[in-house]
Amino acid sequence: MAEKKEKVPRQPMPEQDPKVRARNFEEVPFGYTPETAMLEASRCIQCKNPGCRQGCPVGIDIPGFIKEIAAGNFAAGIAKIKETNALPAVCGRVCPQEVQCEAKCIVGKKGDPVAIGRLERFLADWERKEGEVKIPETKPATGKKVAVVGSGPSGLTVAGDLILNGHDVTVFEAFHKPGGVLLYGIPEFRLPKEILFAEIHYLERLGVKFQCNQVVGAIVSLEELFEEGFDAIYVAVGAGLPYFLGIPGENLIGVYSANEYLTRSNLMKAYLFPEYDTPIVVGKNVTVIGAGNVAMDSARTAMRLGAETVRIVYRRSREEMPARGEEIHHAEEEGIELFLLTAPLGFSGTDEGRLTTMHCKKMELGEPDASGRRRPVPIEGSEFDLDCDLAVISVGAGANPLLTSTTPALELNKRGYIVADPATGKTTMKGVWAGGDIVTGMATVIQAMGAGRAAANSMEDYLKLGW
Amino acid sequence: MFKILSRRELAQGTVVENVIEAPQIAKKAKPGQFVILRVNETGERIPLTMANTDPAKGTITLIYQVVGKTTALMKTLQVGDALLDIAGPLGKPTHVDNIGTVVCIGGGTGVAVLHPITRGFKQAGNKVVGIIGARNKELLIMEKEMTQASDILEVCTDDGSCGYHGFGTDLLKKRLESEKVDLVVGIGPVPMMKFVCSVTKQYNVPTLVSLNAIMVDGTGMCGCCRVSVGGETKFACVDGPEFDGHQVDFDGLSQRLAGYMAEEKESMDRFRNSCSCKG
Ligand SMILES: Cc1cc2nc3c(=O)[nH]c(=O)nc-3n(C[C@H](O)[C@H](O)[C@H](O)COP(=O)(O)OP(=O)(O)OC[C@H]3O[C@@H](n4cnc5c(N)ncnc54)[C@H](O)[C@@H]3O)c2cc1C
Ligand SMILES: Cc1cc2nc3c(=O)[nH]c(=O)nc-3n(C[C@H](O)[C@H](O)[C@H](O)COP(=O)(O)OP(=O)(O)OC[C@H]3O[C@@H](n4cnc5c(N)ncnc54)[C@H](O)[C@@H]3O)c2cc1C
Ligand code: SF4
Ligand code: SF4
Ligand code: FES
Repeated sequence: MAEKKEKVPRQPMPEQDPKVRARNFEEVPFGYTPETAMLEASRCIQCKNPGCRQGCPVGIDIPGFIKEIAAGNFAAGIAKIKETNALPAVCGRVCPQEVQCEAKCIVGKKGDPVAIGRLERFLADWERKEGEVKIPETKPATGKKVAVVGSGPSGLTVAGDLILNGHDVTVFEAFHKPGGVLLYGIPEFRLPKEILFAEIHYLERLGVKFQCNQVVGAIVSLEELFEEGFDAIYVAVGAGLPYFLGIPGENLIGVYSANEYLTRSNLMKAYLFPEYDTPIVVGKNVTVIGAGNVAMDSARTAMRLGAETVRIVYRRSREEMPARGEEIHHAEEEGIELFLLTAPLGFSGTDEGRLTTMHCKKMELGEPDASGRRRPVPIEGSEFDLDCDLAVISVGAGANPLLTSTTPALELNKRGYIVADPATGKTTMKGVWAGGDIVTGMATVIQAMGAGRAAANSMEDYLKLGW
Repeated sequence: MFKILSRRELAQGTVVENVIEAPQIAKKAKPGQFVILRVNETGERIPLTMANTDPAKGTITLIYQVVGKTTALMKTLQVGDALLDIAGPLGKPTHVDNIGTVVCIGGGTGVAVLHPITRGFKQAGNKVVGIIGARNKELLIMEKEMTQASDILEVCTDDGSCGYHGFGTDLLKKRLESEKVDLVVGIGPVPMMKFVCSVTKQYNVPTLVSLNAIMVDGTGMCGCCRVSVGGETKFACVDGPEFDGHQVDFDGLSQRLAGYMAEEKESMDRFRNSCSCKG
């Protein structure tokens, strides 16, 4: 066995100790060093027909950028990624790689896949810290004006693409700061806001104008934007309508929607109260209902705010949990308990209306339902109570009607989402495109960006050639 | 940045009126709508109703009672200072129609919110009776404006220092006894609105109230402002802020409004201390 080259294992990314990090808001993983990144990059076998690329919703030239890392050409590597992905520091952190690029990695067939997400993150961080963020030349001004409504990843992608083509781009955002879910949903310990601000600043330097505090539909309608001289509009307002459970006691103090809980903590920085003015209920015993990324973020936030116990209550089993594997793993490491096959029945509280108890019932898995997953059915007589003074409901979100209800020309589907051509993002209203969560329902950052890229291409054709 | 163009203290400095430069909002706003503002980078987002708008001058008027940290901080702002963020107009405008006789009853700072609505009903051709009250004469606000906005204005104080000695609801009751009233609009502290509704219910007169639930985004995104109306959960920011008062669960609203009392006190104490340090 003398000559056989020793196989390099998938390189781990150093992380904060779970005990320590469970009480702070700093980012969990530290990222690769250049040496580790080059070592990890050496694991890529540079496939002729790379599976990884098909797994990435925006088709990044993955072998291309990994080759540059292996050779130590970090500037060339990041340039390669930025041909197709404007937010690599974000995607490297929050993409569900285990079901996307890394799921299709050839090396992963026999062992662990190449850590594509970590490498992408490495290059983006390297550029932000060491390199010089290059401002590409924009094409000569076309005199065309584009409005982007909503500043989440989908809107930012369209803004970034169209500004390079020489159009005059304005992004309208309802909140007082741009970023969408990246700002108000995903917490600091998973996506440091400094990264987001750097990306926004980059777009500003390219010439994108951001107009915050603009609730489109209330302060201005889409028709009025056209009257003001905009030639095309991209609508990416996200899935901003919280679902509640419709069970008794849901209006008690201490019961939050995940949207409210995370917005208070992330956007309003309630975790820094009283330095920041916005308060938040700090729970001692916390339950989080639901098991997606949003639920993990809420549970881990509650832990960091000082909870003694944090429980995730989910009515199906572990296999059905929709959150990224890494988030579940991190949550469990931080001491968050999973109450699987458990359904909430109601809440009760004190005379002053403060939550004290959540009533639950045990479930078992029955026949498969419409979604192909085995339907949870209640077990008779299995009711039990959990002490809790904070409950965060994160069972999904719907389509917020604020904009769409004031824009009759936009066709909606039964659930209130905007109908748009999946290939181009074109809506039923002339000059209006839509994409991201307001079209698909809550999906992923990279899918929202993919929709933005497709729409930007179609909008470019329109601005040149017409509808 | 939204510049403060004028500043006036009312009710012995417990209430402040600011005229603010916000041309885009001034152009769009209708009676009954509100804005959400943030004073500075560390500030909370708070909702305030537009007591007046001037599309020609590009201004909105906010009248607020100083109750906690944010409103106390706003009180310290002078003409020429600016608020960091204002988003609006938010909420559904008041549905103003010519329906006959309308009684508009306001308590405390609620009168500021009531004023544009009262004016709207009068302009629509209704007979408008205004009833405004406060604890005493000094705390009474907008008497002059309300006189202009109504056909008849009745004033009351808890201590009898001005107008009728007693509660506005007594005057309301008398009015409902003596003539046919088609609509009552009641705006003020939650206990007052609850009381108004219990009176109008006896006389079977439809009643509109404006709910001051705690809010974060004001666009229907977070659910913080939820109130139970007719047994259904509604979001005050987008479904309201005005609702059929006979359907509102006022006790639930009161409880939710008290949800952050300890934190509000902590914020306020910190603010007071930091002020006195500076002298
Ligand atoms: C807590 C949480 C964690 C998540 N974790 C992950 C993850 O780990 N990985 C992943 O891939 N995905 C994750 N997601 C999903 C992902 O964030 C979304 O799919 C993605 O952000 C959708 O992008 P978008 O641009 O369509 O909308 P959003 O990001 O929702 O942005 C929409 C923007 O539009 C603004 N807006 C709304 N209405 C108006 C209006 N009328 N006028 C002007 N502006 C308006 C909103 O304020 C917001 O800023 C997570 C989502 C949440 C909530
Ligand atoms: C649609 C709407 C319109 C309003 N219009 C007016 C107005 O025209 N004039 C006026 O004086 N007040 C108005 N209010 C109430 C005003 O928003 C609160 O008084 C203000 O937020 C208090 O902030 P604070 O920091 O000074 O006090 P805090 O110390 O935060 O709170 C003191 C009191 O204000 C309530 N409150 C706290 N935070 C909020 C919040 N984010 N939203 C609503 N209430 C809160 C609390 O229940 C508490 O009773 C309105 C409220 C709503 C919802
Ligand atoms: S954008 Fe996401 S899916 Fe595509 S390569 Fe990067 S991490 Fe993988
Ligand atoms: S599939 Fe895996 S090994 Fe092949 S090119 Fe992509 S990352 Fe490299
Ligand atoms: S304030 Fe968030 S939904 Fe009304």
